[in-house]
Amino acid sequence: MAEINLSISGRKAQSLNLVQKLGAIIGLVAIGIILITWGGLTFKNNVLWLSLLLSCIFIGAIVYTIGTYKGKTAGIKNDGVFHRSHTSRGVVGWAAGIVFTAFYIFLYWYPEYLGYASGVEGTNQGLVALFDPLSMFFKGKPASQWFVYGTLYTAIIISLGIKFIVKYRNNRYQVTRTIVVIVSQLFLAYLIPEILAGMNYNDAVDASGQYLGWYDTDIKNVWPLDYDFFYNWHMDAMQAPAYQPLGMTYLVWGIFLFAIGTPIITYYVGKRWYCSWVCGCGGLAETAGDSYRQLSSKKLSAWKFERWIINLVLVFVSIMTLATLYGYFMNTNSLFGLDIYAYFQKPYGFIIGAAFSGVIGVGFYPILGNRVWCRFGCPMAGYMGLIQRFKSRFRITTNGGQCISCGNCSTYCEQGIDVRAYAQKGQNIVRSSCVGCGVCSSVCPRGVLKLENGPEEGRFGNEGPIVLGNDGFKLDQ
Amino acid sequence: MDKIVIIGNGISGVTAARHIRKNSDQPILIISAETEHFFSRTALMYIYMGHMRFKDTKPYEDWFWEKNNIDLLFDFVQNIDVENKMLQMKSGAPVLYDKLILATGSKPNMFGWPGQELNGVQGLYSYQDLEKLEENTKITKEAVVVGGGLIGVELAEMLISRGINVTFLVREAQFWGNVLPEQEANLISDHLREHHVDLRLNEELDEIIDDGNGQVKQVKTKSGEYIDCQIVGLTVGVSPNIDFIRDSGVEVDRGVLVNEYLETNVQDIYAVGDCVQFKQAPAGRKAIEQVWYTGRIMGETVAQTILGKRTAYHPGPWFNSAKFFDIEYQTYGWVRPQFAANESDFFWKHPNGKMCIHVVWDNSTDEFIGINTFGIRLRHELFDQWLKNKASIQLVMSELKTANFDPEFYHHYEEDIVAKFNAHTGMSVAIKPKKWWQKLMTN
Ligand SMILES: Cc1cc2nc3c(=O)[nH]c(=O)nc-3n(C[C@H](O)[C@H](O)[C@H](O)COP(=O)(O)OP(=O)(O)OC[C@H]3O[C@@H](n4cnc5c(N)ncnc54)[C@H](O)[C@@H]3O)c2cc1C
Ligand code: SF4
Ligand code: SF4
Repeated sequence: MAEINLSISGRKAQSLNLVQKLGAIIGLVAIGIILITWGGLTFKNNVLWLSLLLSCIFIGAIVYTIGTYKGKTAGIKNDGVFHRSHTSRGVVGWAAGIVFTAFYIFLYWYPEYLGYASGVEGTNQGLVALFDPLSMFFKGKPASQWFVYGTLYTAIIISLGIKFIVKYRNNRYQVTRTIVVIVSQLFLAYLIPEILAGMNYNDAVDASGQYLGWYDTDIKNVWPLDYDFFYNWHMDAMQAPAYQPLGMTYLVWGIFLFAIGTPIITYYVGKRWYCSWVCGCGGLAETAGDSYRQLSSKKLSAWKFERWIINLVLVFVSIMTLATLYGYFMNTNSLFGLDIYAYFQKPYGFIIGAAFSGVIGVGFYPILGNRVWCRFGCPMAGYMGLIQRFKSRFRITTNGGQCISCGNCSTYCEQGIDVRAYAQKGQNIVRSSCVGCGVCSSVCPRGVLKLENGPEEGRFGNEGPIVLGNDGFKLDQ
Repeated sequence: MDKIVIIGNGISGVTAARHIRKNSDQPILIISAETEHFFSRTALMYIYMGHMRFKDTKPYEDWFWEKNNIDLLFDFVQNIDVENKMLQMKSGAPVLYDKLILATGSKPNMFGWPGQELNGVQGLYSYQDLEKLEENTKITKEAVVVGGGLIGVELAEMLISRGINVTFLVREAQFWGNVLPEQEANLISDHLREHHVDLRLNEELDEIIDDGNGQVKQVKTKSGEYIDCQIVGLTVGVSPNIDFIRDSGVEVDRGVLVNEYLETNVQDIYAVGDCVQFKQAPAGRKAIEQVWYTGRIMGETVAQTILGKRTAYHPGPWFNSAKFFDIEYQTYGWVRPQFAANESDFFWKHPNGKMCIHVVWDNSTDEFIGINTFGIRLRHELFDQWLKNKASIQLVMSELKTANFDPEFYHHYEEDIVAKFNAHTGMSVAIKPKKWWQKLMTN
């Protein structure tokens, strides 16, 4: 497989070494288990096969990482990125994109085809059933498609996060932030919520069998990314007596984080504290999506589109949420005669919550790059972006006149920022979309870029057309 | 309005065009026979290694030129007719100009070695050289790279990224010996060897040997050794690309001769960038400086003159940068391979062998003269200012923490550096805590 050059770009692809092949085969076993159970096969011994699946994900990634980086010095590892089919929109890339996309379509709209409650009396089959033992372990009930998703998501962030750390081990910014993102995903997004559910602090039934509701117990999942925070059922669940004092704590925390925490932290360090340090979507983009960061469009036209669309989503989520709150406090289902669910919540959930963030956002990684959602769609990114652009101490400083316009920074900016356009003019990069991943700074061969927080004064760097190094004249303009 | 024609679409020609366009509407035409659009020559290696595609190395999108009303012509200028202010082109009709800027860059040196015309022997400068390399390395297993400078290292790294064994012949006793002091040269030599470069110091190319079909099969070195190879990279420096200018009446020597205003001997003809040779070198500088930054500064400068504000070329303090495989290098001011009598130096090296700094100062006045840094990034602005203000070595050392430009969370070594510096010199510099760096800027 690896020897055949499937790349559209037509250059010689480097073939995988033995250890990489072994890692890839182990990874393929994991994918195989997912595909055949997705295809409908239900295993008898789910404990065994689930253990095998998860082990294959971790071991496959680790073996592949060893094969890729063992014996190599620490440094930038982008050799062959545009020669390989799967990282340069070759046939393999397209195939991966199609599989990812299909997975999301099934996940959101046809979970029964993943096996969710598709068996007799609503028991799980296939892929979802495979995860029943783990779900039983955490909370004593069978898995949902979301539990499957959350588990796979976490396993992928951890395993490919380890690969990322090894790949960027020369850069302590990258290592530090990736450890944080792994820990956030594992504990805040996965373990703590599952354990709380297991302790009946969430997603529980009372003694009479009455369902008490579900609310989001990932403390970093904040409105407007968590767009259903103010939905009636969510607000009710947080206030359910059985969940106290935890439910109310989450309610207060959610509002605090959105209204006070986020602007303050973003003012001091930029939106990166969220997007590339703790966020789950960002976590997946940075780990699983790292191989695709070079595929984001750097065109000016893409930037223009981005500014429209992301702010429109922000407006959309705000209107939708205002309608929701109106309904909640006025105890009504409609606003100006429009049904709040049908006209506000449902379209948002479908178009933005599912289609944009999941199907396009992750499914299209190998085609459009790993941050499509974060760049064009995420309302949280839009909100923090406004703060970052207009009222923040964060900037990427350009080191005087040292830029040689090589283009590595722009190429590897997952957000499609033409970093070079600023750097070669000696200007700093102050852009609402920058998620502070720091990769531009890592890949710059001349040490030109530094992410830093400092006084707002002088934040934009060089103002004149003349770049540092020319003492001949000053332009008086 | 005067029509401005620029020969060469590299950094110097393009910078001139952009700065002219910023302040004037006069017609501008850029001619090049290399690529249709400006690309970054410094990124050639990354195309070959698969880090970028060619289009990623273009600093401006293709619509930029038309939008800014800068005309482009893809053709070769064969001759300059200075009498009629006309350029004879290779394929198209002659081009008339009112003002002409020569920005023709360099070409790789070839020193007349026997066999240098064989297939598989090449330099690395142009986009065409890159295409040739792609062709030449289709089946290559072994390569010899000749010449221990920056382009040679880049070529070695490129070849190694494709699994080709590289033997690197360096004439001097040290790597890049005409620029780096011994300690730095050794550090880089060690690093090259770590990357499996077969580095041969004190070794020169004698002859390139034909396999009988016009293809290189071996090289013979001056010491008499034969080394098998299917490709020979000649990276023994570059010289101004001025062959077509020689008989035009524009005065040339090794490069196009210009005064401090970048004017040639012919009225309305200017030259910028790699092809330039100053009749009188700017203070403290060489007459020919073939780096990206000087090309850019000359482009900025000549634009002012063309716009009617005759402006002399005044580069600020010298700076440069490079990367040797994994190790980044920056330099500010002058750290020469041999120190003058009035110069003292201090060298610090990390035990991992991949980081070092080397500072030089005047031992009678304590004035800071220059710094080389490997594996540690430093702030250009601060050093630029310190060099202009003739800061003392004590000041520079005491503010090293603020001058650091490494990414956040990196390990810092300033305490250790200054402690060793004090021990070495008997000075007692107290290192200052890190401040917001702009607080140190006084103007
Ligand atoms: C591989 C490599 C790596 C480098 N890395 C660095 C680095 O890291 N840092 C650094 O400072 N410098 C570096 N340099 C040097 C730097 O690239 C040059 O100094 C710089 O590009 C020179 O720019 P220029 O505009 O003067 O000329 P060029 O970029 O050479 O442009 C001249 C153009 O004019 C065209 N031309 C010439 N004659 C004619 C004619 N008669 N008709 C039509 N067109 C013509 C040429 O084809 C060429 O396209 C590197 C050079 C190379 C080759
Ligand atoms: S990677 Fe560095 S040198 Fe290259 S264009 Fe970007 S800032 Fe400039
Ligand atoms: S500009 Fe740099 S830090 Fe910001 S998103 Fe792009 S690559 Fe990451």
